[in-house]
Amino acid sequence: MLTLHCPNCGVMADETELHAEGEAHIKRFGPGSSDEEFENYLFERKNPKGVHFERWRHVAGCGKYFHAARNTMTLEVYGTYSAQTLAPPKTLVNAIKKKHPEWEGWA
Amino acid sequence: MSNAVSALDGATYQGFCKVQEMGLVGMITLRGDLGAAAMAKAVKAVTGVAMPGQGAVTTGKGGTVAWMSPDELLVMVDHAGADAAVAKLSKALAKEHALAVNVSDARAVFHVTGQAAREVMAKLSPADVSALAPGIMRRTRLAQVAGAFHMLDEGTFEVVCFRSVAGYVFDVLANAAKPGSEVGVL
Repeated sequence: MLTLHCPNCGVMADETELHAEGEAHIKRFGPGSSDEEFENYLFERKNPKGVHFERWRHVAGCGKYFHAARNTMTLEVYGTYSAQTLAPPKTLVNAIKKKHPEWEGWA
Repeated sequence: MSNAVSALDGATYQGFCKVQEMGLVGMITLRGDLGAAAMAKAVKAVTGVAMPGQGAVTTGKGGTVAWMSPDELLVMVDHAGADAAVAKLSKALAKEHALAVNVSDARAVFHVTGQAAREVMAKLSPADVSALAPGIMRRTRLAQVAGAFHMLDEGTFEVVCFRSVAGYVFDVLANAAKPGSEVGVL
C-alpha cells in the first residue's frame, strides 16, 4: 500500500484517498504539431521498471494535484512535490541519482 | 421561508460510542486566496475566529473555521445566521477573487462521542486517527464516501459529509460503534 505525503495539505495520504493520474511532466502538442508529435503526446508513455515520475490527485482530501517520484519495482517513494512545475526539483533528482547511479535521468 | 429540516432530523444511535446527527448547522464554503490579508480580516470580522493554518481548525464564540484545501475554508455558524454571514463575507471580499456560498442544506454534521470515538473513526477512514488532536481538520473518506472530521475534545469527533450520503454515513458510523465490536487499540 502506498502512502504519499500531499504537499498541498501536508498530510500523509493513503493510496485509497488518492487517484493516480499517470505520467508527470508530459509536454502538450496541439494544433500545428506533426502527426508523430501528436501521437506521442496522446499515447506514448514510459513504463519503466524503476524510477518513475507521476501525477496524483488527493481526491478524497484537498482535491489538488501533486507530483510524486517513486520506484515502480521496489515501491520506494523518493518524494512528492508541487504540480505547478515543469520539471522535478533538482535536489530530488540528485538524491535519486545518488541512490541509483545507473539511472538514466528523468527526461 | 420554507421549513428547513436536516438530513436525518437529529437521529441518534447509542453503541459503545454515541452517534448523533446534529440537526441544522450553518455551513459556508469560502474559496479564495487564503493568504490574502483581506480574507483573514473578513473571516475574523464575521466569525471572530482567526484564520486557520494548513490543516487546522479554529473555534470561537462566533463559529468554527476549518482549512479544507489551499484555497478553501469551511465556515460553520448558526443555521439561522448563515445567509447573513454569507452577505457579510461577500461584501467584505467584494474586491477580492473570492466566493462565499451557503451550503448548510447540502451537508450533514454528526458527532461521535465516547471514550473510544477514535476507534470508530479509525475503522472508517485511512487517516492516522491516533495522530489527531483537537484543532486538526482531516479531510478524507469515510468508508466509500468523502467526509471530513475534527476533534472537539478528546472524546468527541465532529464529522461533516454531503447531505446526499448522510444516511449512509450514519449507518456506517453506527455500525462501527456497535457494542461488542470494540477493537481496543485506540
